[in-house]
Order: sequence, then structure tokens, then C-alpha cells
Amino acid sequence: MMNQNLKDKVAVVTGSTRGIGKAIALELAQAGAKIVVTGTNEAKLKSSLEEIQATGTEAIAIKCNVADFNEAKMLIEESVKAFGRIDILVNNAGITRDNLIVRLTEEDWDSVIEVNLKGVFNCTKAVTRTMMKQRYGKIINITSVVGVSGNGGQSNYSASKAGIIGFSKSLAKELATRNINVNCIAPGFIETDMTAELGNSEALLASIPLGRTGKSTEIAKAVGFLSSPDSDYITGQVLHVDGGMVM
Amino acid sequence: MLSFDFTNKIALVTGGNGGIGSAIAKLFLEASATVVCVDLKKPENPLENCHYFEADVSSFDSVENCISQVIEKFGKIDFLINNAGISRDSVVWKMSENDWNSVLDVNLKGAFNFIRQVSPHFKTSGFGKIVNVSSINGMRGKFGLANYSASKAGLIGLTKTVAKELGKFNVNVNAVAPGIVGTNLVKKLPENILAKALTETVLNRFAEPEDVAKAILFLCSDFARHITGEVIKVDGGQYI
Repeated sequence: MMNQNLKDKVAVVTGSTRGIGKAIALELAQAGAKIVVTGTNEAKLKSSLEEIQATGTEAIAIKCNVADFNEAKMLIEESVKAFGRIDILVNNAGITRDNLIVRLTEEDWDSVIEVNLKGVFNCTKAVTRTMMKQRYGKIINITSVVGVSGNGGQSNYSASKAGIIGFSKSLAKELATRNINVNCIAPGFIETDMTAELGNSEALLASIPLGRTGKSTEIAKAVGFLSSPDSDYITGQVLHVDGGMVM
Repeated sequence: MLSFDFTNKIALVTGGNGGIGSAIAKLFLEASATVVCVDLKKPENPLENCHYFEADVSSFDSVENCISQVIEKFGKIDFLINNAGISRDSVVWKMSENDWNSVLDVNLKGAFNFIRQVSPHFKTSGFGKIVNVSSINGMRGKFGLANYSASKAGLIGLTKTVAKELGKFNVNVNAVAPGIVGTNLVKKLPENILAKALTETVLNRFAEPEDVAKAILFLCSDFARHITGEVIKVDGGQYI
């Protein structure tokens, strides 16, 4: 049986209707945590919730667009109402609108920054007082290797993901005395709906030392570690889970 | 000092009114460049021979308009220095949505707006230098600076991607990351904060605005022609 090292902990995972977010929610559920599933697609919210409840843990679903300051506030308030506390916040919700800078529209820029970066601010700000009162919290922000190294065609995405790193480090410094750990995970090329169109070219695989793309479950395992007491002395860090793509 | 000659080069500096911006403009002028400064309003003490344009860097349309005017008047731009920046410090649990929006809009979106408008011209001319003014606090984070550090870190991600996109057109894209700089604004900070920052530096002094400007001129010069996607700290060793 799975190690239940998150028993009685409450976790909110944004963007958990599919892909990496869903894998994270399932991993934390299997470790015994109560889960708040959230996203913007109602049908996927329902099916994701059912999958998570099937692990035997308590879970609820709350529809939320993290880019909206007030919706994020509501998400956290409803979660606290339901479970009494929030121990783990995983800021995973993210989108791409790829294009070269010479063609990138204002809308392409704004939407990616709003969901990926402002969304992290919105949810984190909303949860901070609760975690401070608890004198306990784990905030895990999903950045990306391209936030660290840039990537042609993703100026908006890499700016948002790099911004998450700067934000996380500031937060780590602000909240450390209240026993709240703030870290980032930087996935590399992971097989999900978001990356399905990109294909597995030889050139891409050649750039990954481990010679393969990653699985959502592998990101989820790293999140599980940062959510657990095993990582209590780790804060302000960016943990790459990328097969060695960016060192 | 290294001698730079930027005769016939057009340098555009955003946030040209402030301490660092005006130092950048001054040094470019001394290097014989034609200098265009962009800020919300023309400054009270404009530099002689400097051209001033008004624009709101956070507005996509205002910047589009500004660049059209600059190209119409000068025919080209060679150097883009994204220096405009503000701060609205607060601990995150008290930070208002407006504090967040305004800092991200000026510091990060402002840089995007200018890069977006200038890059097609760089592509056509097959030459260009972009220098984004980030901060060590974007790289290391800092208490009370969630919005500022997010914007300055975001600038680094943007820098690296645009470096990758425009490299084949002979465009270098880099960032400078200052630590504490002794501008008039900074000198007004409380004594104990200034003292603490001083002890962080290895060189036991603050940067002068000219220290930051010189690094920027270096990155625009031929001495740095093989440097791109780089972040040069100008911090006296505050963050090593």
C-alpha cells in the first residue's frame, strides 16, 4: 500500500482537471491527502473528481479561473470552509499561446501572463493568511525549464515561468519564519495534451540526456516529495524534473 | 573608461527621466549616439541634444505609436534599452491587485511592448542590440518584493527567449541585473536599510547610475558581439 505520509493534510491543486495537475492530485490523494480539484472545464472537473475520490480519499471540486483575483479568493475560502485548513497549495494551472515575438499579439501575451503568473499570485495571496495562522504550509509552483533557459516561440510562456521563480524566492523569504516552504518544480518535456502536437523529434530526444520524454506521474512524484515532511528543510528552490535537459 | 563610438547609431532608452535612465542617455550621448528617451512626460531638466518622446510603456498601443514616430523621424533604431521600471513594495499577504498589476505592466509588459514593436525593424535591418534592465532581486527574491521580483525574473526569461529568436538576424539580447544603485530615490531610504545593503556588497559601496550605464554600453558595443542571452550583474558582489 502507498505510503500515507500526507494523511489528514489538505491539498489544493490548480489546473487539476487533466495532465500534470491531475497526476499531482492523484499522487497526493494516494498519499492520503484530502484534495480540492479545480479548473475551468466543468465536465473534466467532474470526471477528475471521481477518479480522485476512487482512491478512497475525501475530495471536492471547485470551478475557478485562477487569472481572476476574486475567483481565486473564493477558491481558497470555499476550500477552508470545506476542510478547515489548507496544508498544500500546488500552483499548476498554466496555458501556452506560442508564437515568435514578431508575430505575438497583445492578447497572446496578456492571457499567458494572466493565467500562468498572475494566477500564481492570486492563489498564493489568498492562501497566505490561512497558512500563517496554521504556522504550516507547503507551496509548490510549477514553473518550466523554459523559464530557466528560454525557448524560441515561447517568449510569453518563458517570461511567465521565469516570473514564477522570482516570485517564489521572494515568498520563500517572506514566509519562512511562519514555517511555510515555497519551492518550484521545473518540468522538461512531459507527454500531455499540451505537448501532444509537438511530436517526439529525434532532435528533441537528442537534447534530453535520459533520451526520453517524461510522464506526468514523474512530475507528481517530485511534487509529492516537496509536499511531505521529508522536504521540511528545502525552501526557495527550483527542482528540475527534465531528464537532464537543462542543467 | 573604455571608449565607445556610437556615431550614427540610434539608442532608445525607456524610463529615460530617472537616475539610471538619464545616466544611460548621458553616456550614449558622450559616445556620439543619437539618443531617444521615452517616459510618461518630458523631464524638467532635459539633456542637451537628447530627443524626448512621451509614451506609457505599459500600453501596447501607446508604444506602437511611439515607435512609428521614432522610425518616421530617424529611419531606424539600433539599440533598445528597456529600463523603465517601478516598485510597489508590500508583503504578499497585504499586496493589492493594483500593486501587482501596475508593477508587472510597467516592468515586464512594457519590455514586451517595446521588443514587439522594435523586433520587426531589427529583423529587416539585420542588426540590433536589446538590453533589459532586470535586478538581482529578480534572481534571488526579496522580502516585500513579490511583484517586483516576479517582473524582474520574468524579464530574464523574456531575454533568453528573444535572444534565441532574433540571434539569426544578428541581434544580441542581454540583461543587466543591478543591485542597489545610489540614485536620488534610493538615497531617501531609511539609514538602516542603506547600511544593511552596504554590508551585503563585497566592494563596500553602492553602484553609481553610471556603473549600470557602462555595462549597458558595453553590451551594445562590438566588444560584446558574441555575448547574447546573458545576464550581467552590476551589484558590487551583493549576490554571488
